[in-house]
Amino acid sequence: MSLLEIDNVTLRFGGLVAVDNVSLRVNEGEVFALVGPNGAGKSTIFNLISRFYDPAEGRIRFDGKDLLKHTADQVPSFGIARTFQNIELFEQATVLQNLLVGRHRHRKTGMLSNIVFSPKAYREELRHREAVEEVIEFLNLQPYRDKMIGGLPYGVRKVVELGRALASEPKLLLLDEPASGLSVEETQDMAFWIEDIQTQMGISVMMVEHDMGLVSAVSGRVMALSDGKELATGTAAEVQSHPAVIEAYLGTGEISKTGTSRA
Amino acid sequence: MRFVFKTSYDADISLFKHRAQAVWYGLLLLLVLATPLYFVAIGDAYLLGEITGILILAIAGMGLMLLTGHTGLPSLGHATFMAFGCYLNINLLGAGVPWLIAFPLSGLIAGGLGTMIALPVLRLHGVYLALATLAMSMLTSDFVVIAEPWTGGIAGAAVPDINIFGMEINRYSTPYKFYYLVLFVAILIVWFYRNLLRTPTGRSFTAVRDSEISARAMGINLTRTKAMSFFLSATAAGLAGALFGHSAGYVTNETFDLVMSITLLLMIVIGGLGFIHGAFFGAIVVGIIPVAIANGRTFLSTTFDVNINVPGLESALFAFILICFILFEPMGLYGRWLKIRTYFELFPFYRKDMFKRQKSYLKTDRVQ
Repeated sequence: MSLLEIDNVTLRFGGLVAVDNVSLRVNEGEVFALVGPNGAGKSTIFNLISRFYDPAEGRIRFDGKDLLKHTADQVPSFGIARTFQNIELFEQATVLQNLLVGRHRHRKTGMLSNIVFSPKAYREELRHREAVEEVIEFLNLQPYRDKMIGGLPYGVRKVVELGRALASEPKLLLLDEPASGLSVEETQDMAFWIEDIQTQMGISVMMVEHDMGLVSAVSGRVMALSDGKELATGTAAEVQSHPAVIEAYLGTGEISKTGTSRA
Repeated sequence: MRFVFKTSYDADISLFKHRAQAVWYGLLLLLVLATPLYFVAIGDAYLLGEITGILILAIAGMGLMLLTGHTGLPSLGHATFMAFGCYLNINLLGAGVPWLIAFPLSGLIAGGLGTMIALPVLRLHGVYLALATLAMSMLTSDFVVIAEPWTGGIAGAAVPDINIFGMEINRYSTPYKFYYLVLFVAILIVWFYRNLLRTPTGRSFTAVRDSEISARAMGINLTRTKAMSFFLSATAAGLAGALFGHSAGYVTNETFDLVMSITLLLMIVIGGLGFIHGAFFGAIVVGIIPVAIANGRTFLSTTFDVNINVPGLESALFAFILICFILFEPMGLYGRWLKIRTYFELFPFYRKDMFKRQKSYLKTDRVQ
């Protein structure tokens, strides 16, 4: 059975159809990539899964449960974690604290036992630290452990954001452009991590990415979108050679008589 | 330079980073415990009363710090919650409730009322939230007049003495006992505050402050978290208000006015937003300035026969100090101390932009 099922989802912003009747499946243990030109609706699909937007039509099911019945802050409790295209970390906190916020869905103590720091809260803290320490080890973040996010270079922040998502021990990881702005070496690291996340941790990954090198290196299936519509789905090679995808990226080669061309 | 080698998870959780730090805070505790001895020796407790006042301000400041410094919600209405706490305390004591129950209860009810007021305004962000709380603050003195049966209205209300198992505590007749009582409450709240910051609840507050969108994506319920922060914040302010009443002895509709709300906000900005220390540093500055001005006046008139009687000198001085801080040290006094300490710890490797912040302080101000 598929982990994530999106059926005929449509989202409109006023007159603009951002996502147009898109259906897709993400299977357990798979790396699924969304590609497409800017404005194709890739990140919008992520925001739909995160429940930041309400679709006009369609259904989104995760693990057999209807996500549309839940609010954005309930989504992580199903085991969905995500990163953002423009890094959204907690700037005035250390790397460690950021990763610990990722553990939020696993907390078992309330405000009162937190305030008096009950033995239960203490034991819970120890467990969180242990889990976070494993993520730090996995992503080689030890040198930055106690550094404030505000002073970290871009590439490291990208990794911290991945770490924060991993700290929540998700079933499905949504990565929004994990390689954007990264150097060649950093992108290679990212590719290795995504592979390890899939094979060793058994986490399914859905990602939006422009770097076709990374996409072909790690993804099983790829879906190409343009103007909110599905163009093609298949392996990276199949999608790259699909005529509709080539047209969306490069145009048809005919000069438009009306003088307008598709973005 | 000190290297702290962490060998267990406890190292991150414990209250003090390393043993030297624990020793310093231990010494500070000894100092504040021994302070009354000095005043006993000189036989004049006037300044001890001022110090007690600073501690009360610091308690209220911690309340506001939690909301503004750690959750990123500015409030210009915290004097209102102090008023709630103060009048509830007076009425509960008047109804015969023992102080040990009346005092915490008045704080908690103030917290509850604060949350009820907060729920509708929590949808607002940044400057709009500040304006809504400002309006609340402006209504407070009118409300005190309207609720005359409980508050004494314009005539004011006398605050009964504290009675703990037959031990009478009054600011004037037993200043030392009152000082220790306030100190105890302050230390207790610092401990609660520290616990909060090292557990999930406190981390969810700072998460909401730094990025609402990713806080939600991590499973943090924004409304609940903000309401929780408001509750704790108003509770601390309510407790401070009750103590303030005992310290003033007599409260009227003008006691908890707009100026007090603004002073609280000034206090935490001057002290350093986002640090518990900031509430104390700010309270010290706010507490010392009036005393310093009074002493300066006396000194000038007795020594040089110069009399300065400018109305509003204090407010002007506050405003000037605040402007200087916002321009030159947005991290406040505690931030300045951190920079100086880091400079010496890392000497000669300190870089000027080490504490530079990437984005504006209140992320909630950004349009999302």
